[in-house]
Amino acid sequence: MKSRKASMDNLCHAVLAVLSIFWVLPIFYVILTSFREESGSYKSYIWPRGFTLDNYKNLMTGNSNIDFTRWFLNTLIIAIFSTVLSAFFVLCVAYVMSRLRFKMRKPLMNVALILGMFPGFMSMIAVYYILKGLGFLETGLLKQVALVMVYSGGAGLTFYMAKGFFDTIPKAIDEAAYIDGASKWDTFIHVTVPLSKPIITYTLINSFMAPWVDYIFAKVIMGNDIKYYTIAIGLWTLLEKEYIELYYTQFYAGCVLISIPISILFVLTQKCYVEGVSGAVKG
Amino acid sequence: MGSSKDNKIKNVNFFSRPRDASTSQAFQMGDTMTKLSFFIFGLGNIVNRQIVRGIIFLLIEIAYLIYMVAFGIRAIGNFMTLGTVEQGQVYNEALGIYEYTAGDNSMLFLLYGVITLMLTVGIVCVACLSGKSAFCTQFRKEKGMDVPSFWDDLRSLKEENLHAMLLTLPVTGIICFTIVPLVFMIMMAFTSYDHEHQPPGNLFDWVGIANFKAIFASGSKLAGTFWPILTWTLIWAVFATFTNYVLGLLLALLINRKGTRAKGFWRFMFVMSIAVPQFVTLLSMKTIFNANGPVNVILRALGFIGATESIPFFTDSLYAKITIICINIWIGVPYTMLSTTGILQNIPADIYEAAEIDGANPLTIFRKITMPYMNFVMTPNLITAFVGNINNFNVIFLLSGGGPDSMDYYYAGKTDLLITWLYKLTITQKDYNLGAVIGILVFIIMATLSLLTYRHTGSYKDEGAFQ
Repeated sequence: MKSRKASMDNLCHAVLAVLSIFWVLPIFYVILTSFREESGSYKSYIWPRGFTLDNYKNLMTGNSNIDFTRWFLNTLIIAIFSTVLSAFFVLCVAYVMSRLRFKMRKPLMNVALILGMFPGFMSMIAVYYILKGLGFLETGLLKQVALVMVYSGGAGLTFYMAKGFFDTIPKAIDEAAYIDGASKWDTFIHVTVPLSKPIITYTLINSFMAPWVDYIFAKVIMGNDIKYYTIAIGLWTLLEKEYIELYYTQFYAGCVLISIPISILFVLTQKCYVEGVSGAVKG
Repeated sequence: MGSSKDNKIKNVNFFSRPRDASTSQAFQMGDTMTKLSFFIFGLGNIVNRQIVRGIIFLLIEIAYLIYMVAFGIRAIGNFMTLGTVEQGQVYNEALGIYEYTAGDNSMLFLLYGVITLMLTVGIVCVACLSGKSAFCTQFRKEKGMDVPSFWDDLRSLKEENLHAMLLTLPVTGIICFTIVPLVFMIMMAFTSYDHEHQPPGNLFDWVGIANFKAIFASGSKLAGTFWPILTWTLIWAVFATFTNYVLGLLLALLINRKGTRAKGFWRFMFVMSIAVPQFVTLLSMKTIFNANGPVNVILRALGFIGATESIPFFTDSLYAKITIICINIWIGVPYTMLSTTGILQNIPADIYEAAEIDGANPLTIFRKITMPYMNFVMTPNLITAFVGNINNFNVIFLLSGGGPDSMDYYYAGKTDLLITWLYKLTITQKDYNLGAVIGILVFIIMATLSLLTYRHTGSYKDEGAFQ
């Protein structure tokens, strides 16, 4: 009996080992290729003939077209602005829907639900034309402003997670504040917000990550303005036919560079997510 | 009418505060000034010395009227016709070239029409607000209460009207960047705005439901594209959702078994792939499974295929579908593993012990205890995942781009989902009307699915459970 159990354990470990190799190999390949010395795209072998740091160096120093540092800064700036705006929107809507009672509350929540069912970029073309009509697509800088507006404009619709969190804060805390003479606004700012650090962090990080990984909206709005690209469309460009032979290894270097900060943020979000789901005030 | 008087009395008792009165109640029970306030905004407020509030209402109305006279009425007219003057060419003899004369731009007419309509809806809301506000003031005066000053109004924004203050900006954002564009797109579904009718060169016009008919007309190329793509979308959504769920659950069970050592290490190995941004994973996978990519290289080296052969991972329709589903497993399973691990650990251990004492074998335990419990907890997640997969643009677009392209299809490839087809129709093909129709159909599918299921979830029925 005991030996059967041991062999079962061994089998499980073996299966896990094989599976994890499958899961780690592609990541390993990306890292490996980012250090490959030989340029050009596909090779008839896996293990690089030589190793170098030049891919990273070239990526950072950049030339006229492929300017990774600039793309990085573009994305960072867009991310910061849209984070502040959209986190503000999300928290406002979530608090209102969770805490305040008014006639239009249920109808508004249903409207939000219905709007969420339309495919996200169905409105993209229309947004594009509206922005064009307003003159936002004239220069690269205005395009960046436009992108910030696009990322944060509809953010108010994604309030469900934060609302769920606010729902777990006991009403008694609010009522205590009212009795002490606080207005609802004071209660929101001085009682609810300080209690909501996990969900605020979660919302902040979540909206911060969106510009780094969004491809479609950025591409449609930026068009061919390669200088103002964000990271995602920039990297995608490197794989296009005219660039792939030159930039294949640098593409992987870019992938590694961008994965590091995003994975750190991801780990942070996970932590906040768990805390956010488990509620505000522990019993 | 005697009954209307009874109604009045009943209505007065019905609401405790005048602000809770409905618009029609306010209109019925208001005096002349209140009734007039529905048409001359702010009148009731100004008469009762709420000057600032009244003037704000009045200014809004004046601004709207100026807009309508200067621009709006023409915009509505143009919206009806979508333009009549086509762009023309005039021979300029002095320069010896053809010059374009400006024609009507149907697209802009449609856009301005939508904006004007939205503004009109907005002004109707303001009219109701104005009437109600006048009614509140009237009511308070009749009861001998104080009439709130503008200062009181401002202060109420921090108290009973806090929702108005907090919602203004987000709702404005949603209206500008979600609702107006959506209405605009929905309108397009009923026009002939396709690649042959591109403003400013050409006009397009209202065509009613012709586009919907075209998609469903049997035997047409469009229908011959729509149905296979819809089928593949559903197949994809089913496979993507259930493979991820089942395999993720199995992986979680494997790691969580009593006998498995170094649980944290195994989890880490799989979670690593989540931390990499999805577009990086997808783009790398695209190159890895390329005809000359590392997978084919390895297969050649191992002798499974000839030295110059390659497996058409993305260029054969069946292979492409299988590859995409497999890559999606690679991406999705760690997520499921993470989310199910927590739930597995929540299953009370005494149930398992009881089953073991009764002599149940591991398979029975899994079937009779683990599965039912997991299904119960995970069903809402599965539905969300299913709906998400129907709209999983990134995986398809970044991996195969919908390819391999098919001559039988209308500008679509064999692995295109409805959502990527919508992208191609609008961005590359410029058939905006067809794109809009597809968008509406996707919405109908999603709405049906969500309505069927979402209303059954506990969080909707009983949102105050924790308060």
